[in-house]
Amino acid sequence: MLDGYTAETLARVQFAFTVSFHIIFPAFSIGLASYLAVLNALWLRTRDRTYELLFDYWKKIFAIAFGMGVVSGIVMSYQFGTNWSVFSDKAGPVVGPLMAYEVLSAFFLEAGFLGIMLFGRQRVGDGLHMFATGMVAFGTLLSATWIISVNSWMQTPQGYGMNDVGQFIPLDWWAIVFSPSFPYRLTHMVLAAYLTTALVVGAVGALHLLRDRADRPSRKMFSMAMWMLAVVTPLQIAAGDFHGINTLEHQPAKVMAMEGHYDSHPDGAPLILFGIPNSEEKRIDYAVEIPKLSSLILKHDLDAPLAGLDTIPDEDEPPVGIVFFSFRIMVGLGFAMLGLGLWGLWSRWRGTFYESRWLHRAAIFMGPMGFVAVLAGWITTEVGRQPFTVYGMLRTADSLAPIAAPAVAASLVAFVVVYFFVFGAGTYYILRLMRHSIELEAEEGLRQEPPTRTAGTTPASQYQARKEKRHAGA
Amino acid sequence: MLGLELSFIWAGIIAFAVLVYVILDGFDLGVGLLFPLTKDEKERNVMMNSISPIWDGNETWLVLGGGGLFAVFPLAYAVVMPALYMPIILMLLGLVFRGVAFEYRWRTERWKPLWDMGFFGGSIVASMCQGIALGALVQGIEIENRAYAGGWWDWLTPFSLLTGVAVTVGYAMLGATWLNMKLEGRIQRHMRRLAWPFAAATLIFMGLVSLWTPFQDPEYFRRWFAYPTAIFSFLVPGLVLLAAYGLLHGLRRQADVLPFLCALSLFVLGFVGLGISFYPHIVPPALTIEDAAAPDSSLAFALVGTLVLLPMILGYTAYAYWVFRGKVDPEEGYH
Ligand code: HDD
Ligand code: HEM
Ligand code: HEM
Repeated sequence: MLDGYTAETLARVQFAFTVSFHIIFPAFSIGLASYLAVLNALWLRTRDRTYELLFDYWKKIFAIAFGMGVVSGIVMSYQFGTNWSVFSDKAGPVVGPLMAYEVLSAFFLEAGFLGIMLFGRQRVGDGLHMFATGMVAFGTLLSATWIISVNSWMQTPQGYGMNDVGQFIPLDWWAIVFSPSFPYRLTHMVLAAYLTTALVVGAVGALHLLRDRADRPSRKMFSMAMWMLAVVTPLQIAAGDFHGINTLEHQPAKVMAMEGHYDSHPDGAPLILFGIPNSEEKRIDYAVEIPKLSSLILKHDLDAPLAGLDTIPDEDEPPVGIVFFSFRIMVGLGFAMLGLGLWGLWSRWRGTFYESRWLHRAAIFMGPMGFVAVLAGWITTEVGRQPFTVYGMLRTADSLAPIAAPAVAASLVAFVVVYFFVFGAGTYYILRLMRHSIELEAEEGLRQEPPTRTAGTTPASQYQARKEKRHAGA
Repeated sequence: MLGLELSFIWAGIIAFAVLVYVILDGFDLGVGLLFPLTKDEKERNVMMNSISPIWDGNETWLVLGGGGLFAVFPLAYAVVMPALYMPIILMLLGLVFRGVAFEYRWRTERWKPLWDMGFFGGSIVASMCQGIALGALVQGIEIENRAYAGGWWDWLTPFSLLTGVAVTVGYAMLGATWLNMKLEGRIQRHMRRLAWPFAAATLIFMGLVSLWTPFQDPEYFRRWFAYPTAIFSFLVPGLVLLAAYGLLHGLRRQADVLPFLCALSLFVLGFVGLGISFYPHIVPPALTIEDAAAPDSSLAFALVGTLVLLPMILGYTAYAYWVFRGKVDPEEGYH
């Protein structure tokens, strides 16, 4: 089936496939871990049961998403060796220690406290349970920091030298960890994770509001999510703008591909809103453009000259089509999120926040769009970096492991089959949990519960167990 | 000189991470291996619950083993992973199945049997692959020009299959003694009975592998039978016999903790034995710890944080085990 493809192509497809699946889960679990910590803190502070119910509700979803993130992440950490061994040998001395720090400072923290967060409230008491929940959230952020540092160094390498066997050797760790694109990428990614989570939480709240507007937990989560969206989207758009300007400085070819600038514009480049890149003729067909706006955005000057891909040797150009489209998808969704956030603010002011069915429907529609934007963003970043793995220094073609194409093809097929099956099932279970509304179940559960403590079991855990059965039967 | 010392310190840390992985994930993979041996729903639930708060932490040691190798012995990582391509990929896929089973099986009635099978299947595939990978490493890996120079089936030999089975049986023994420690009632008795044959098989396989290993490479042979390392050749088997005695004695006396500790000791001793064969190589027959080490600045940078973080990790991991100490309460529901 996959005959005729080179080992390089297959390995690239495999990396793109597995990392794209992986990033979906962190994007959600980074945001959700912080949300859970906030919910738990609010519950401890206000003793309003709504927060506790919300915590328990999202905790179950978090557990599934986190599990999928862990298993897909372990695959990633071995894939550098199996498929990109030359890259590993050469760049290992620089990026390896950063990834080791990720394991030591973040993964162990998450894993060590996850059990207590999920199963331990009764055993350790509220205080330590809150601490564990906070540590899990902190761990996800640390993990993002280290891995983004790795990725940023690959995009904008500095602080290294070369030794006689062709390895990158670290000279200045500070410069390596804080490579020029790191602050922008980290900010942009963490905000993306928060936005993605806010959109999902908002969509679930909206779904339940459509069924029952008076439901308190649904109102709460919808409101929290929409505040988050209204505040974070403008920040994200600003962060994206700074990020782009930074990229223009360090990876100009990537920006040329994003903008679709095949040609140089000596006196003000247009912003191409839409069009179809034609790589044969090296131009954008059917372009709809606004004159000089691109120069204004990137250089803050209408007439500033911008170089185009004609200044880059062909063998160093990234594929324009993919980068051009994925960038527009991300930006388009960013503005759609902004629209939703503003709509939310407006209907709050009008007093129709919990009544407006169209607002709720729009929130449901936007629910999965954070994931789409995250994937589109990463595709822009990674494809735009081609044909290099370490930008300007190490080509993708020279990073490959000496593995026979049939071996890569076989493992690729196995990954595709297993991932769709396993993560498809997990997504289905998450969606099914999301369909259940909170209040109804809780009321039932509470009413049925005898108020006594039986040996070894608390009422809460019996009620959990019963709820479990009901879920399972659904 | 300093560099030399750093690389040996690091070899010790990586070896420690791998050992901790093997004994911790060993018993929880073992629980997966034993899963089909009871059909009773409640018993399966408590088996699973005995490890669900800690399995993720256990598996993180595998990430440290791999990630650590990448960081401080990048060349070793770069030749071993392609050489063991198939077993590594299969192990990862096995871990995917068993990892998700912890949550999934509580979320569905209809497919519960499927995820239970996935838990078992993933555990056995991962265990076998780890054992096979070990065997293939002991046999030695062909290297030319800083890269793996063999084919993609070289790992498959009678010897690596033997080590695959040996590790799997050993994990089952760890699992059975763990469950004997953590459970009560009928299922505990069941696991205690099962621990006997698995312990016996583990000892037999350990013997076979130990006898065969010195013939994989004359170097190993020399190391086991020449002074001064030959001292270990007597010491290690002697300690193995002691641990085996403790294990069987504990099982007979129906002790909770002793059999598990002795089973762990068996693994530690097996690991020390391997260390004797390998040293000073990291990838036999040609790549030494020194050759494979990253530049000093990488080793030093990574070491500073490791010396701070590793004790903390051990601390809160121990705390997490402490929180979930004692027998598993069969009435406690899932979260
Ligand atoms: C910005 C965030 C981000 C990005 C870009 C990546 N990851 Fe990730 N990763 C996380 C954020 C994260 C996380 C939030 O920390 C996860 C998600 C679920 C979890 O358990 O931790 C995680 C889990 C996770 C695990 C399992 C940890 C465990 O056992 O608990 C591994 C081994 C990796 N990742 C490795 C990688 C590699 C090699 C990546 C690059 C290709 C990568 N991740 C990209
Ligand atoms: C997590 C979100 C990420 C996504 C969705 C993603 C996506 C992609 C895609 C689509 C490719 C293939 C590009 C092509 O072949 O044209 C790729 C390649 C690659 N990416 Fe990423 N990437 C992500 C994060 C990372 C991170 C964090 C790292 C570094 C640690 C990384 C390292 C690489 C490497 C080494 C390749 C090699 C293959 C290649 O360059 O083609 N990626 N990625
Ligand atoms: C609407 C305004 C936005 C702008 C101008 C923008 C800009 C950018 C740019 C220029 C890059 C590529 C940087 C590089 O590779 O060097 C990027 C990457 C990315 N974007 Fe956006 N973005 C916007 C919105 C969003 C939104 C709404 C999300 C997700 C919710 C998002 C998620 C990402 C991600 C995950 C990446 C890859 C990681 C990174 O390089 O930071 N972006 N963005």
